[in-house]
Amino acid sequence: MKKFLSGLVIALALGFIYAPIILLFIYSFTPSKIIGRWEGFSFELYRQLFTEPKLKNIIVDTVVLALLAATISTVLGTLGAIGIFYNKKWLGKFTKNASQIPVINAEIVTAISLALVFALINMGKSYASLLIGHIVLCTPFVVLSVLPKLKQLDPSLYEAALDLGATPFQALTKVILPEILPGIFSGFMLAITLSLDDYMISAYTKPEEVETISTRVYGALKRDRDNILPALRALSSLIFIIMVIALIAMDFKATRAAKKQKNVVN
Amino acid sequence: MKELRAVEKSEIKDFSHKTKGVFFSRKQLCIPYAVFLLFFVVFPLLLIIYYAFTAINGEFTFENIKCFFVDPDTLEFPSATLICLFNSMLLGLITTALCLVIGYPVAYILSRIKSHRRTILLLLFIMPMWINFVLRAMAMKELLSLIGIYGNNDYLSVVIGMVYDYLPFMILPLYTTLIKMDKSLEEAALDLGANKFEVFTKVTLPLSTAGIVSGISMVFLPSMTCYVISETFSYGNVKIIGKFIEDSFITGSDWNKGSAIALILLVIMFLCTILTGGFSKEENVRGTTL
Repeated sequence: MKKFLSGLVIALALGFIYAPIILLFIYSFTPSKIIGRWEGFSFELYRQLFTEPKLKNIIVDTVVLALLAATISTVLGTLGAIGIFYNKKWLGKFTKNASQIPVINAEIVTAISLALVFALINMGKSYASLLIGHIVLCTPFVVLSVLPKLKQLDPSLYEAALDLGATPFQALTKVILPEILPGIFSGFMLAITLSLDDYMISAYTKPEEVETISTRVYGALKRDRDNILPALRALSSLIFIIMVIALIAMDFKATRAAKKQKNVVN
Repeated sequence: MKELRAVEKSEIKDFSHKTKGVFFSRKQLCIPYAVFLLFFVVFPLLLIIYYAFTAINGEFTFENIKCFFVDPDTLEFPSATLICLFNSMLLGLITTALCLVIGYPVAYILSRIKSHRRTILLLLFIMPMWINFVLRAMAMKELLSLIGIYGNNDYLSVVIGMVYDYLPFMILPLYTTLIKMDKSLEEAALDLGANKFEVFTKVTLPLSTAGIVSGISMVFLPSMTCYVISETFSYGNVKIIGKFIEDSFITGSDWNKGSAIALILLVIMFLCTILTGGFSKEENVRGTTL
């Protein structure tokens, strides 16, 4: 009974989360403008996704921006986290506390505060301001992913490396970095997710000519006449399919590992 | 023994001397990030404060802040903005409460799964975040319009949309706390005669406070301010405070008034943070466990 109830809760929650995505998936196979009207099965939207140049630009821009922002954030955030962890003086404390601000602040406040700065220094809105905005958004989360790994680190490792003749630089790159690599990696992935998903920061820091998927879809929702919108159903469905395949592969691997373990125990 | 300690100390001193000054120290590695934060996080916030307290001609004034509380045209108190702030808070509270009510059982059940499928089930809850949230919101809107909620009940649509968007942000910190919890404490409570209900209310729930607090902080403020969801799901009929900022910045291009609203949100944010002690905790994150 308890098991049944648990299963039911999980199933209902998953149903709530996945129902809209499955709806997108089904209606990605019809060229209809709106969901709810079926206009025959076709791969038209998928064809548009790969051939429509405007659409390709938006997707490429969004992905390139996410990769750039995540890479810079990861470097900045990893160095920042190491500094924060070892510097207990005001500089470390300042960095740590200031880094928390974008995490807890409302995104719209961060966004307009950046817009104010760019207006003040007469930089206007450019690709650079958009990139800086995304770095502001992502870096704190890299720091938060790396810091716990630094805490788990055995402090004597670094000292041992120095005693054995490594320079501080070598000790850092050959001892500390490999140890905290999982944290750096999850920080990078988190940064990509945040950047891809962002609307607020992009809307206030981007120049007219650059569009991300978020700003374009939101703009289209308001205008209600965007011919690009249906094809984005195909994009979501592709991501969905990749997700499902990845999950099945993971499940397969985990099941095999579990079986192996059982065999070993027996 | 004392001597030995003295020797050790002097060695440590020597040692720290050795690491210092060799063209770089790990303590200084945060300088680039510190400079970046100074320019693009701290300075922008100071600008908001500056704009909030100045008129368009740059003179110092309390007018913008006053406008937040008292309507500048009709001189009515409370102003539309203040009413909107309270409505947004109410919406935020409803969203947060629903996320907690749905998210806690889910996180609890997930954290108690013993099979190897646990991680995969957790991923199932997180993975939708990889699909752009505006696109997901659009899909949910279409679903609600198919079943007849969208267009008929704006408020309900917005609440469903918000819960849909923020649920993973609630589940993740809850799961992280619950999975780390020492399960033998629950067993001990059972052994000592507590019934299952008591075990939950007196052991599990108090031990997961950190997760609850960070989950709430991940959901409450965004649901008060992120107008993308409210605009999408109510066609602009349910207005939240974030939209007021956008209106004064983009439509009205009155930066001073917009900054005043932003400043008040900042103050609310700081009060919430002090109340929950968020500044001292690193764990309150959107999904560091990914």
